[in-house]
Amino acid sequence: MEENKRLVKVPTMAQMAANGEEPEILFWVGCAGAFDDRYKRVTRAFVQILEHVGVKYAVLGTEESCTGDPAKRAGNEFLFQMQALTNIEVLNAYNVKKIVTACPHCFNTIKNEYPDLGGNYEVIHHSTFLQQLINEGKVHVQGGEAFKGKRITYHDSCYLGRANGIYEAPRDVLAALDADLVEMKRSRANGLCCGAGGAQMFKEPEPGKKDINIERTEEALAALGTGNGVIATACPFCMVMMNDGVKNKEQEENVKVFDIAELIAQAEGLTK
Amino acid sequence: MYNEHSAVIGIQNIIFLLVAAAGIGLFVWQVRKIRKNVLLGRDLELADNPSERLNKMLLVAFGQQKMFKRPLPAVLHLFVYVGFLVINIEVLEILIDGIFGTHRVLGFAGPLYNALMAFNEILAALVIVACAIFLWRRNVSKVPRLANGVEMRAWPKMDANVILITEIVLMLALFAFNISDLKLAQLTGREMAGSFPVSGAFVNLFGSDPATLHTIERVGWWIHILGILAFMNYLPSSKHFHIIMAFPNVYFSKLLPKGKFTTNPAITHEIKAMLDPSYQPPAPETDADGNPIVQRFGAKDVEDLTWKQLMDSYTCTECGRCTSVCPANITGKLLSPRKIVMDTRDRMEEKGEHPAIFRPNHYKEMGVERVTVTEEKTLLRGYVTPEELWACTTCNACVEACPVNIDQLSTIMDLRRFLVLEESAAPASLNAMFTNIENNGAPWAFPASDRFNWADELYVPSKN
Repeated sequence: MEENKRLVKVPTMAQMAANGEEPEILFWVGCAGAFDDRYKRVTRAFVQILEHVGVKYAVLGTEESCTGDPAKRAGNEFLFQMQALTNIEVLNAYNVKKIVTACPHCFNTIKNEYPDLGGNYEVIHHSTFLQQLINEGKVHVQGGEAFKGKRITYHDSCYLGRANGIYEAPRDVLAALDADLVEMKRSRANGLCCGAGGAQMFKEPEPGKKDINIERTEEALAALGTGNGVIATACPFCMVMMNDGVKNKEQEENVKVFDIAELIAQAEGLTK
Repeated sequence: MYNEHSAVIGIQNIIFLLVAAAGIGLFVWQVRKIRKNVLLGRDLELADNPSERLNKMLLVAFGQQKMFKRPLPAVLHLFVYVGFLVINIEVLEILIDGIFGTHRVLGFAGPLYNALMAFNEILAALVIVACAIFLWRRNVSKVPRLANGVEMRAWPKMDANVILITEIVLMLALFAFNISDLKLAQLTGREMAGSFPVSGAFVNLFGSDPATLHTIERVGWWIHILGILAFMNYLPSSKHFHIIMAFPNVYFSKLLPKGKFTTNPAITHEIKAMLDPSYQPPAPETDADGNPIVQRFGAKDVEDLTWKQLMDSYTCTECGRCTSVCPANITGKLLSPRKIVMDTRDRMEEKGEHPAIFRPNHYKEMGVERVTVTEEKTLLRGYVTPEELWACTTCNACVEACPVNIDQLSTIMDLRRFLVLEESAAPASLNAMFTNIENNGAPWAFPASDRFNWADELYVPSKN
């Protein structure tokens, strides 16, 4: 281990409760954040930011389970409620008040659908959380120079944008990087889905002319123009779909797909 | 002849009164049928937040807020819309004149009447221009969302043309009436109330024979009012019914975040009873005869949808803004949100009643079927196929795009729920995902014990 680095021991709710402590926020990791190899890097980047700013946080660890979002969007209300009621029991047992998550699907479900079932929490998406850290000066984005002049286009997540009206927070976070932000033809309320929502992530698309993520990637590439660029996402599903799209277009050398948390962690020098 | 402002009740007025009463009566009869159809749907309480709802209605329906996402059609539509609102004031005058044999009875308002007439004339001219451009967009330049789509068969296309041509004819009749009246007044030296910037410019086109002018004036007047009565009775069978339904539909639209889908309380009770054997679910709701109401999970047919979802389909203008932004539709998949809404209306009228003696709403029978449906006569499968439903990404683009706040997604979701909860008819890969969630607490087949592995070997720079 290098000397200027410190091993992080990620705290769990169970440990905190055993010590009679309560964290300021619960970081809800989500299934993609826990299992998807690419998205695990986003989870780690976000924890690095949390450690860096010194927020008192905890995770559920192995006690976390799927929110039920894919089941619900696929029409399986029964399975969704099974998941939701079980999760709510765990969250309420730990007296959770405030939840931060990097997944817009988890965010939407816990924020909007859990209250009907007895789960009432303040739920924040990591884009809003990062925006607050930047506004409060807790994150300075010292390495922001690295992004100067670099083209970044932000792909709106449906479940963040249209579903919950969050359009500006991720853009504000990217603006802190001092990069060259460009918009796609369809953005904000008119943004085009990555093709993975509504449980499409877990099945083959229906027959058609092309896949939705290809259509969206073409728009992103058109916005970035030639040369290097970054497609910024704020959702694990969008990340998978845009990554696949970039590979399909054989642009992975030129165009990288990053989550906004990774870009901030990079700029802050946390992932060196 | 006639004298301005003086009431002379003759045979014309009696005929008018009878025709107007019949026209309005027929309209009321049709609207009652529509109301009955909408009430086929499930009950839903939507009386909350009246001020927020009113505000939304003023912005979206009255103020045309969402139309302005596409400026050109929005401006043209605004001409027709404001023209419709203002011309209604003149229709009031026409009704009074027609019944009491008066002529331009509102003329006493002086300058106000002048302004009203002038405004009316300019708007009427703009309506003609807008309708002509709309006709061009539909028939010549063929704007894709208006021309294409499995649901855009013979009837929906003709319906739009009928509406546009009728509106032009109504406006031309109004001008014929105004111009001949103006010319007659000039010839007889009569003082005429009103100010007519458009008709004034065309006054020399008409000859100077008072008898002919009088005939034109009468014919114009009668065509205008008969046209309005006929058009009013055409509305309930047409997409043009949106001019009425847009207001209540926006008033009753969803105020919650678009991402919040409905929760079924019956399922909640079932699960709570499963998790806790001591849980006592409330007694099931009963109908008027005391029999428990057995509710379907999800929707198979129109009576499983709520009245709001059914009202949505009577509000649809078939503009295709929803379908044109649908990611599934854009990439060539079968799903078209507009079709789901039109299917719902057609099925509702098949099951319930048709507003008028003719059944023009029915688009299915006119044209070749592209979507293969099975014999079963229900909304699901009889009209909407599972393939369409499974193509939806629940992205809410259709809901966002709709200028009259239709919630296409809620209907799609309820149909999907029926497929999964009642028929277990989800695609195999989704069933695998369900199993994974059940067994591992994740949609993928990873053991729950690995869930925290991401935290291994995680470093941050030390601050000192």
